[in-house]
Amino acid sequence: MQLTLEFGGGLELLCDSVKIHNVNVEPQAEGKKLTMKHLLSWVRTNLIKERPEMFMKGDTVRPGVLVLVNDCDWELSGQLETVLEEKDIVVFISTLHGG
Amino acid sequence: MDSNGVAETPADIRREIASLEKAKAEIDDRITALRVRLSSYGSVNGNEVANSSAPRTEETLLNGQLSPDMIYRYSRHLLLPSVGVEAQANLLKCSVLVIGAGGLGSPALLYLAACGIGRVGIVDHDVVELNNLHRQIIHTEAYIGRSKVESAAAACRAINSTVQIVEHREAFRTSNALEIVRKYDIVVDATDNVPSRYMISDCCVVLGKPLISGAALGLEGQLTVYNYKGGPCYRCLFPTPPPTTACQRCADSGVLGVVPGVIGCLQALEAIKVAGAVGEPLSGRMLLFDALSARIRVVKIRGRSPQCEACGENSKLTEEQFCNFNYETFTQSPLSTSPLKLHLLPSEARITSKEYNERIVKGEAHVLVDVRPAHHYKIISLPKSLNIPLASMEARLSEVSAALAREEGHKNNNSQSASLYVICRRGNDSQRAVQYLHKMGFASAKDIIGGLESWAHDVDPSFPTY
Repeated sequence: MQLTLEFGGGLELLCDSVKIHNVNVEPQAEGKKLTMKHLLSWVRTNLIKERPEMFMKGDTVRPGVLVLVNDCDWELSGQLETVLEEKDIVVFISTLHGG
Repeated sequence: MDSNGVAETPADIRREIASLEKAKAEIDDRITALRVRLSSYGSVNGNEVANSSAPRTEETLLNGQLSPDMIYRYSRHLLLPSVGVEAQANLLKCSVLVIGAGGLGSPALLYLAACGIGRVGIVDHDVVELNNLHRQIIHTEAYIGRSKVESAAAACRAINSTVQIVEHREAFRTSNALEIVRKYDIVVDATDNVPSRYMISDCCVVLGKPLISGAALGLEGQLTVYNYKGGPCYRCLFPTPPPTTACQRCADSGVLGVVPGVIGCLQALEAIKVAGAVGEPLSGRMLLFDALSARIRVVKIRGRSPQCEACGENSKLTEEQFCNFNYETFTQSPLSTSPLKLHLLPSEARITSKEYNERIVKGEAHVLVDVRPAHHYKIISLPKSLNIPLASMEARLSEVSAALAREEGHKNNNSQSASLYVICRRGNDSQRAVQYLHKMGFASAKDIIGGLESWAHDVDPSFPTY
């Protein structure tokens, strides 16, 4: 399944400073749907090059990271249970505090 | 000015600046005294400064009519069908508090004063520094070393003398937050640290004030409106504070000046929309700005959370709870933006920059490793230092061994082995590096306490700091 993953607010530093990744991710098993839960562990294994604790805590993102599926907060689509579809855009953004 | 025909020296210029500054301070004092005398004739009180040159907003709004001066000044607003007289009158009656007169607060304050917000409050405890001026555009060189609030207030008054500017030259704390915020209709969060952001959001929840929240770092910015007409508060979005290692500061990571400028302007825009009751304020949505790729994305964020510890249904925060809440403990980071000072090493594994200098003078055989990132090293470095950034230390340990061996070869008459010193900008990463080097068998590695900043402070005042 084709997905566009974007990292911002400093999270891109964890994946070689590349902000936009066009990736191909398959569901865990044939006939199953691809969920955010599976995508997170895929990202952790395949894209995160350093300090994984800056991206995840337990099986979800660490506090202070917003997850957006097609420009919408994943809280509104079921968080880890959100089902992804072909060509979805998933954004991981660390909240900023500077001024 | 010197007309004796003698060449003028920097010392002469400095003397002349000092004498002019003294004269200026005396004139300022006389103006202040006169203002105090003038205020005894009028109704102006407290810490607001009387402005004799133009009529006050309240006077100009008699019978709900704009005065001729107001109509002329704000004519371009009045000509907009979606703004018009009503929204302008709303602005003139409104009060906005801007917390932080830095990169975000600078443009926000300039626009809020210019657009005719009736009363604008400014909170900050900091003073203007030279390295602020590339982004904190409300301040000028003449104000370096003086209060940011004083500087920002003077700039706002110069743009619009009909606006009442209130100066709060103090740090924003739970002890004064309620008292200050209570006097305003809208709050703009233009601060630069995590505990302040939680504290300001909670304070706005307790007092029911809409909060225009902006942030900027590096080449990115974020903006949203919290606690507005049933929308979420900061805690609804971020119930748990981020780990301290995830909180970067402009003083460490850098920031392109215009980025907080863009976000600060947008904060003024959102404040004007809320104050004027026009348009759709950015509540329940967040604007993400990426300067490098010139992309702006507006995303939908969650609504108010019923479980929120600040604004949730069952846990409405009270004023007393707010005053007793320790935001520094909660977020594990300090309210002031003073840099972290780690103490990881025993004293025998550290030396001061003065001691290091003495060892250089004595000609001690040694290797100095600078563990700052390469782009820091390019700004300025000590002569003969070897740049191995902390992040790549593991992969480049052989370079340390090679440098030590080379140094020992040079001084082969000396039976002692070469010493190993580690330096960074402020003395935190150098300690982390020394800990690692000890673990990897470089038992003699020592860090230089306080890093290059202490070198500039204690050894070589001409060494640049950044």
